[in-house]
Amino acid sequence: MTVQLLKGNVAIAEAAVRAGLEAYFGYPITPQTELLEHLSGRMVELGRVFVQAESEVAAINMVYGAACTGVRAMTSSSSPGVSLMQEGLSYIAASEVPCVVVDMMRGGPGLGNIQPSQADYFQVTRSAGHGDYHPIVLAPASVQEAIDLTFLAFDLADKYRHVVLLVGDGLIGQMMEPAEMPEMRPIRPRPDWAITGARGRSKHVITSINLTAEENEAANRRIQARLAVIRAHEQRSVEHYIEGARVLVIGFGTAGRVAQSAVKMAREAGIPVGLFRPVTLWPFPEDRLRALVDDGVEAIVVVEMNAGQMLEDVRLVVGREMPIALHSRLGGAVPLPEDILKDIVTVAQKLGLAGPETVR
Amino acid sequence: MRTVVYQHPQALENISTHYCPGCTHGIAHRLIAEVIDELGIQEQTILVAPVGCAVFAYDYFTVDGVEAAHGRAPAMATGIKRSLPDRIVFTYQGDGDLAAIGTAEIIHAAARGENITTIFINNAIYGMTGGQMAPTSLPDQRTTSSPFGRNPAIAGNPIRMTELIAAIEGSAYVVRRSLHNVREIRKAKKAIKTAFRVQQAGLGFAMVELLSACPTNWGLSAPDALKWVEEHMVPYYPLGDYKVLDAVKALEDRE
Repeated sequence: MTVQLLKGNVAIAEAAVRAGLEAYFGYPITPQTELLEHLSGRMVELGRVFVQAESEVAAINMVYGAACTGVRAMTSSSSPGVSLMQEGLSYIAASEVPCVVVDMMRGGPGLGNIQPSQADYFQVTRSAGHGDYHPIVLAPASVQEAIDLTFLAFDLADKYRHVVLLVGDGLIGQMMEPAEMPEMRPIRPRPDWAITGARGRSKHVITSINLTAEENEAANRRIQARLAVIRAHEQRSVEHYIEGARVLVIGFGTAGRVAQSAVKMAREAGIPVGLFRPVTLWPFPEDRLRALVDDGVEAIVVVEMNAGQMLEDVRLVVGREMPIALHSRLGGAVPLPEDILKDIVTVAQKLGLAGPETVR
Repeated sequence: MRTVVYQHPQALENISTHYCPGCTHGIAHRLIAEVIDELGIQEQTILVAPVGCAVFAYDYFTVDGVEAAHGRAPAMATGIKRSLPDRIVFTYQGDGDLAAIGTAEIIHAAARGENITTIFINNAIYGMTGGQMAPTSLPDQRTTSSPFGRNPAIAGNPIRMTELIAAIEGSAYVVRRSLHNVREIRKAKKAIKTAFRVQQAGLGFAMVELLSACPTNWGLSAPDALKWVEEHMVPYYPLGDYKVLDAVKALEDRE
């Protein structure tokens, strides 16, 4: 592997190819279109499937069809497009077939703008479509991590026969960073549950309809049992400056990355603060967060590019008594390290961990 | 000496269906199954079932099947066919599925020349939800959501999907048949067979529209429903071949 300068969207697209992506279906939308563009050439060159669909609705249903045949299938989009994909995501989850969806979130609601945002945290983590389930949600904070998590996304999708969402934003997708691209993996064999034509076996049917309440409850219980296993085994997070932290800054993706700079500045000013960056948004890395809190965290600063959506998950872990400050930017605005630092200092001063003149 | 004049198609499960008495879904299913048998493609055929009365179609055929979201069968079929180009993929869709919620999907599948086969059941009404107006409901037709008869000034005009799709570059074989009498049923079967052979030959998108009866929601007896197809639907939806590429004609000539 060699280090290359790679753009986020292109890196994810190429990582998907090397992870064994066999069928991609998508529709252009900013700020993720380079992903589709890269695959429009690469997939054809490799004799794999690429279709530019007529809509996001069609794209996700093409993914659904392809995934039923047991190939590694993917689509990518951004917030308004992912809204359109909710129907398909729900059907795919109910049908228990694997797929990967990349969502480069942008400022909403509505048409909003194309600036980096994390405003769709609820949309991606809570259900992604109607019904009662959670997709697995991975949130990279760098181009390298985006590459690594793309590989992981396909592996988790296969392992659990489940929907995996890789969520970033325009910053992750558009920035260029040095990164290492793993070698091409061989295409994995089609799984035995796939729809391939009933040669030499009885027919396979993939459906999400369970007409009686009893049947549908049983199907839902099966999904919930699977989610419980995922919750137990797939929580992931990254920590920085965590040793002896009494104030914890929590942010994911771009917000977590910016917060890392603020935490570094605060540490240099002598404040015992650490960064906790969730990498899986669902399952939320609650076990590790609880352990950190038990280790002596006295207050939390949540940094998000939304109105405090992940904060609700943090609150579920830490309880009602823990003081939490929210540093929130909305509508596509990206927080600045200096501004986050001010919030850290304010919290630290309240706890007596920083003097009045600590940081100017 | 005995001659077999009737036997159950292998491609059809030997079970009772949930369809209403007098509904022509059963005839359409049987024709498709006979064609699958005659072409010897049962082990390589994949069915994409619709939302609507035929939602359980995969229960009735002995082929691999998937169930699409409402209107999305052509998109799902695209994903399947592109991933398995040597299999035979067909969608089975009603008028709500194909002519309302899934209009975009069917038009673009045709425009891409997607090498799939679509069987379009047009009974001019929404069956499964209990008889509401369909995009194909006739002017003045009474339904539970057009209680005074469909008024095009308020409810819009019926859509002739076969004519629409025949006009699209990429469609190879687009015809309309009916299931209201034996003669038409025989023609329907021939068309279904051609539509599957078009796919086998890789010639592009093929669709057979089948005018069908819905006695339950029309409030008619089974024989009267067939008469209604002939007297009301056929004049509005003329039977015939709307798009038959020369390459398809060559196929038919070889038949």
